[in-house]
Amino acid sequence: MTVTEERERTRPRPATVSGSSSFRALSVAMFKGFVRDKATLFFTFLFPLMFLLIFGLIFGNQGASKTEVGVVGEGQVIQALERSEAVELKRMDSAEAAEQQVRSGDLPAFVAQDGTDVTLRFAASDRTRAGTVYGIVRGVVDRVNVAATGQPPRFELDSAQVEDSSLKPIQYLAPGLMSWAVSIAAVFGAALTFVNWRKKQVLRRLRLAPVWPLTVLGSRLVVSLGVALLQFGVFVGIALLPVFGLQLSGQWWLAVPLLLLGTLAFFSVGMLIGALCKTEESANGASNLVVLPMAFLSGAFFPTDLMPQWLQNAAQVLPMRHLNEGMLDVMVRGEGVDALAVPALVLVAFTAVLGLLAAKLFRWED
Amino acid sequence: MSPPALTVTDLTMSYGELRAVDGVSFEVAEGEFVGILGPNGAGKTTTLEIAEGLREPDSGTVRLLGESPWPRNLALLPRIGVQLQASAFFEKLTAREQLETFGALYGVGSARVDEMLDLVGLSDKAGTPEAKLSGGQRQRLSIACALVHDPDVVFLDEPTAALDPQARRNLWDVLREIQARGKTIVYTTHYLDEAEVLCDRVAIMDQGRILAMDTPARLVRDLDAATHVTLERGALPADDARALPGADGVTQDEVSLTIATRAPAPLLTALAERGTLDGLQVRTATLEDVFLHLTGREYRA
Ligand SMILES: Nc1ncnc2c1ncn2[C@@H]1O[C@H](COP(=O)(O)OP(=O)(O)OP(=O)(O)O)[C@@H](O)[C@H]1O
Ligand SMILES: [Mg+2]
Repeated sequence: MTVTEERERTRPRPATVSGSSSFRALSVAMFKGFVRDKATLFFTFLFPLMFLLIFGLIFGNQGASKTEVGVVGEGQVIQALERSEAVELKRMDSAEAAEQQVRSGDLPAFVAQDGTDVTLRFAASDRTRAGTVYGIVRGVVDRVNVAATGQPPRFELDSAQVEDSSLKPIQYLAPGLMSWAVSIAAVFGAALTFVNWRKKQVLRRLRLAPVWPLTVLGSRLVVSLGVALLQFGVFVGIALLPVFGLQLSGQWWLAVPLLLLGTLAFFSVGMLIGALCKTEESANGASNLVVLPMAFLSGAFFPTDLMPQWLQNAAQVLPMRHLNEGMLDVMVRGEGVDALAVPALVLVAFTAVLGLLAAKLFRWED
Repeated sequence: MSPPALTVTDLTMSYGELRAVDGVSFEVAEGEFVGILGPNGAGKTTTLEIAEGLREPDSGTVRLLGESPWPRNLALLPRIGVQLQASAFFEKLTAREQLETFGALYGVGSARVDEMLDLVGLSDKAGTPEAKLSGGQRQRLSIACALVHDPDVVFLDEPTAALDPQARRNLWDVLREIQARGKTIVYTTHYLDEAEVLCDRVAIMDQGRILAMDTPARLVRDLDAATHVTLERGALPADDARALPGADGVTQDEVSLTIATRAPAPLLTALAERGTLDGLQVRTATLEDVFLHLTGREYRA
C-alpha cells in the first residue's frame, strides 16, 4: 500500500520517560494547586496562627501577674518586701482605708508597719492568694528578724522552679500549635487530594500515563513536606516576635528533621483516610475526627499532665504526642539529638504501618 | 499488511446482573478510523476502557499494538492517547498548565503544548483556569491532553459531545489530520451522521453487543432500503403517485405525500415531466435506518 509507505514512521521515543521530569511536573502542578486554594492556605497558616494569638492572650500574662498587696506606714519589713519583688505594693494612707479595700475584695491583703509592729490582714474568701501573701510576708519578717540579730542564718533554703525559668506559656504553645498546624496540612492535604483525584478521574487518567504510582505519591508527599517547612518558618518566625517572646534553646534546628518525620506520619494518616472515603465531605469529616482529638490528647494546646494517667498512656500511640515531646525537648528544653531517638523511631514505625495499610486499601477508582 | 493495531476477542464484562459487554470481537487496522455507535448504556465506554487497559474484562482478550494492555503495561502507555468520557484535570491549573503537566509525564516539551493549544483552538484561553472553561472548551482541552504526546493509537470517548457546530467541524479536521499522519483512531459518538462522514468503518452497538461493523456506505447499501421522495400534499393525487414508474408505495399525512422507491431515477424524471418538483425532498437511507433495521427501534441518541 503506497499510502502506508508515505505515512510518517513512528518517531523514536525515549525508552522510558525520565522519572524525574514526571516527578517535577507533578510536584509543581500540586504545589500550584495548593497555593491557589485560599481556603487551604487559611487552614494551613492563618488558622493555627489565630490560635497562637488566642492562647497567647489567654495564658500570656499568667507568669507576669503578681499579687497586689496594700501597705500602710514605713519600716524595714516593708522595705524588704519591696526589694523582694514577690508582690506588687499599693501605698495606702490609713489602715482603715486598706481594710475597706480588702473587705470589698479589691485587694487580697494589706500589711501595716508601725515601728516594730507588723500587721497583716487578709480576706479569707480568697484562700489561695491569702496563703501566698501570708507565706511571703512571713518569710520577709523572719529574714528581717534574723538580720536584726546580726547572726548569719543557720539554714539556707535554695529554691528554684523545676522548669527552665523561661518556660513561659509561649515556650510550650509554639511547638504544640505547630505540630497541630502541620498535622492539619498533611492529613487534610493527603486525604482530600486522593479523594478528589479519584472522584475527578485524575487517578484513572494518570494510570494511562507512563508514570509509576510511587512517583505520583512522592510528588504529593514532597508538597506536604515543603508546606511543613514553610509552616515551621512562619510559626517560629512569628512566635519569636517580642509580643510572643519565644526563646529557642541551642539546638532548636533539630526540630526540623523531626517535623518532617511527623509530616510523613500525618501524611500516612491522610492516605488511609483518602483510601477509605468516597467523598470530599466524608474525608473532611474523618480528618477532623482524627486531628482535633489527637491534638488535644498529644498536648498540643495544654500540658498532658492535666489528663488522667490512663489517658496519658493511651495517647502514646499518637504520632503527634511524640512529635510534640521531641520538639519541646530540642526547641525549648535545650536537649540534644539524643532526645529525638524515641520520637523518630515511633514516627517512622507509625508511618510504615499506616502507609502499608493505605497502600493495601488504595483504589484507583470507585 | 501490517498487523492490526487493536484486536479484541470475545470480550464480556458484567456489573452484577447486567451484561455491559456481551461477547464483543473486532479488529482495527493500523491507520484506520473506527467509530463505535450506540445509544446510552450500549457498552461503548466499557468496551473502550477494556481496550485501553483501564478495566479487566471478565473474559476475552485484547491485543493493542501487539501487546496486552492489562495488567497496566508501562511500555504501551506512551503509544496510546486516551480521552475519558468524563474529563480528568488537576485542580486549579490553567489550560496551558494542564497540558504542560500531562506533556511532562510523556517527556513532551512546551513547544508542543503551544501547538496543541492552537490545534484545538484554545490559544486565547491558555491562561484560563480549567474550571472556568466552558463545557466544550474543557472537552477540547481534554482531547488536546490525549494527543499531546503524539500517540499511535488514539481512543476518544464522545469527543464531539458538548461541542458547538463550529467546534465540531474543527475537531473533525483535527481528527482527519491525525489520521492522515498514519495514526489509528477509535472513537465513540452518538452522532450517526458524523460517523458516516468521518469513519472508515463503524460498529453499531446495542445492549453490549456489536450488531454490525462495516464501512458506512456498505452498511447502508446492504440495508437495501427504499429511497423516499416527499412532495407537498396536494401537489399530486395519491392515486396518480401510485401509478408513477418506480413507485413502490405511497403514504400521506396532513402536510406531505411520500413515495417509496428503489428506482429513484425514472420516478424523478416522471415527476419533473409533470412539473411537480415544488418542495420536493429526496431522502436516502442513513445509518439511522440501519440502526432501526438492526434493533427494531428508532435511534434516539
Ligand atoms: N461502574 C459501573 N458500575 C455498574 N454499572 C456500570 C458501570 N459502568 C457502566 N455500567 C453499566 O454498564 C452499561 C454500559 O455502560 P457504558 O458506560 O459502557 O455505556 P455507553 O455505551 O458508554 O453509554 P453512554 O453513551 O451513555 O456513554 C450501562 O448500563 C451502565 O449502567
Ligand atoms: Mg459512554
